[in-house]
Amino acid sequence: MTVRVTFGTRANWIGAALGAIAFAALAAAPFWGGREDLQLLSEIFAYVALASLWNLLAGYAGLVSVGQQAYVGLGAYTLFALAILFGLSPLWSIPLAGLVAALVSIPVALLVFRLRGHYFAIGTWIVAEVFRLLAAQAAVLGGGSGTSLPAAMVIAIAPTRQLRDFTMYWIALALVAAVLALIVLLLRSRYGLALKAIRDSELAASCSGVDVTRTKIIVYIVTALATAMIGALIFLQKLRISPDAAFSVNDWTAFVIFITVIGGIGRIEGPIVGTLVFFALRQTLADLGTVYLLMLGVIAILIMLLAPKGIWGFVVERFGWQLFPLERRVLIEERRA
Amino acid sequence: MEWINVIIQGVLVGGLYAMFAAGLSLIFGVMRLVNIAHGDLIVLAAYVALVVTQTLGIGPLTALIIVVPVMAAIGYALQWFVLNRTLGDDLLPPLLVTFGLSVIIQNGLLALFTADSVKLQAGAIEVATIRLSEGVYVGVLPLLQFAVAVAVIAGLQFIFYRTALGRAFRATADNPEVAQLMGLDNRRVFALAMALSLAVVAIAGVFLAVRANFDPSQGPARLIFGFEAVIIGGLGSLWGTLAGGLILGVAQAIGAHLDPGWQILAGHIAFLIVLALRPQGLFPKMGT
Repeated sequence: MTVRVTFGTRANWIGAALGAIAFAALAAAPFWGGREDLQLLSEIFAYVALASLWNLLAGYAGLVSVGQQAYVGLGAYTLFALAILFGLSPLWSIPLAGLVAALVSIPVALLVFRLRGHYFAIGTWIVAEVFRLLAAQAAVLGGGSGTSLPAAMVIAIAPTRQLRDFTMYWIALALVAAVLALIVLLLRSRYGLALKAIRDSELAASCSGVDVTRTKIIVYIVTALATAMIGALIFLQKLRISPDAAFSVNDWTAFVIFITVIGGIGRIEGPIVGTLVFFALRQTLADLGTVYLLMLGVIAILIMLLAPKGIWGFVVERFGWQLFPLERRVLIEERRA
Repeated sequence: MEWINVIIQGVLVGGLYAMFAAGLSLIFGVMRLVNIAHGDLIVLAAYVALVVTQTLGIGPLTALIIVVPVMAAIGYALQWFVLNRTLGDDLLPPLLVTFGLSVIIQNGLLALFTADSVKLQAGAIEVATIRLSEGVYVGVLPLLQFAVAVAVIAGLQFIFYRTALGRAFRATADNPEVAQLMGLDNRRVFALAMALSLAVVAIAGVFLAVRANFDPSQGPARLIFGFEAVIIGGLGSLWGTLAGGLILGVAQAIGAHLDPGWQILAGHIAFLIVLALRPQGLFPKMGT
């Protein structure tokens, strides 16, 4: 008798085919879409990436952070600081921003991991506030009112505006694809198995020999790294930065949480579905302003109370679809005598 | 003399922070819930007081007679209809629901009252001062606010350890299942705890509104100050919470005195130092 562990079902092949078609179509977007389309798509990519990362943190590792804006802002400020102080090309600064955030996240993790559960959540928020206030003190980066990216740095990306738009769009697409691939690979690795065990029961996981704290710290650092790269890209596209925008709890955490909850927390498809719903709502209701945000809060609360697994959780329960090959299946084959 | 003034101001503001913290600490103690909307509820109470003072033409301190029961009723209903449904082993639902609530309150207030900042007028008491010694003066209002904060903490301490309600709170906190077996209805106990928490929030909200300008976006910062006071003081200790509020207030006053940009930052740094060196807080609950 042999025992094999395989990933995936037939739906994964459909998922892979859909993914490949979508990626090809999106990579060709500069040839079929206008400037606004590219900007909207880039924004969607950024939110898919941020929500997927938050989902990894909260949905899998059980680290409910409301302070990921700390790393969005840190990444963005690192990019601006490298460009303004050292004249480094913004394209090089994106990976460096990730590296800086990963280094900073280590002492931060040691500090906030002393807090449990809900207290961890608010602790991460305070860290983000500290970063915001420190950024407001940095006079060379414009202090509280912020600063713009120097024109020379903008031209360094690409000589013409159209080429710049294309370059930044492709970077956004590449980053979101890389983040999703990273998460899929992580979840398929040993750490992924450990993470799913932690998600389902922390006690059972640690009884089975999973080093829960170590796994959580690794996920926290990886998430900080990727979140900062996305943050750097978001503000590279805006060309302007200020402490309130870069460390905004609403933009980079509240929306991200609502997206994940609406789409389905603890499933990799959830943040993607949630982002599409979020942008569909925004494109139709954004004129309502504050009422739109109010409705978003109400929808998130209703989903949490009535369908806590979100839209994709419902789809999985109803139809059993999985677009990503993550489910481990044990195959037992009788050996012929 | 200058520094004595700074520290006195810090201590007096710290009383307000202790009131922010007491409601938060109470809820966490009884049902292990951190209410992310706590700060927004404080700002909501300030707006309720604004409406009450304007429609009835009474002073803010008199308005407490109406604001406190209104906020307590909101708390009871909130717990009964919404938050009780989120409690369980999973900590995500209560966190996300109170986070959603925070966004709803902020934007609801923004839609009703705009982003313009407002203030409650308390009349002559606002500018009255007492002379302590040469060059050291304290305002009557901050002093009253501090006295009320101490009274609120003492009152909560009394309710917790000397009344049947407090016994129900402590029993449910220790073991909800056994408390239920002894005939307590946990849902009702939780609803009463939230009502009590929001009664404290109402008092804190009115003093906040008299002290300075407020607007709908100020909630999260109040939550953070309250939270810092709880952690600095030590979980589960009401007097510790008061001490935590005072330390935070003094840290902010010293920071502000050195450089106005450092006021809030100094408070956060004090919090992070305590977290790094003494994560259980300065005055944690002793024994059981």
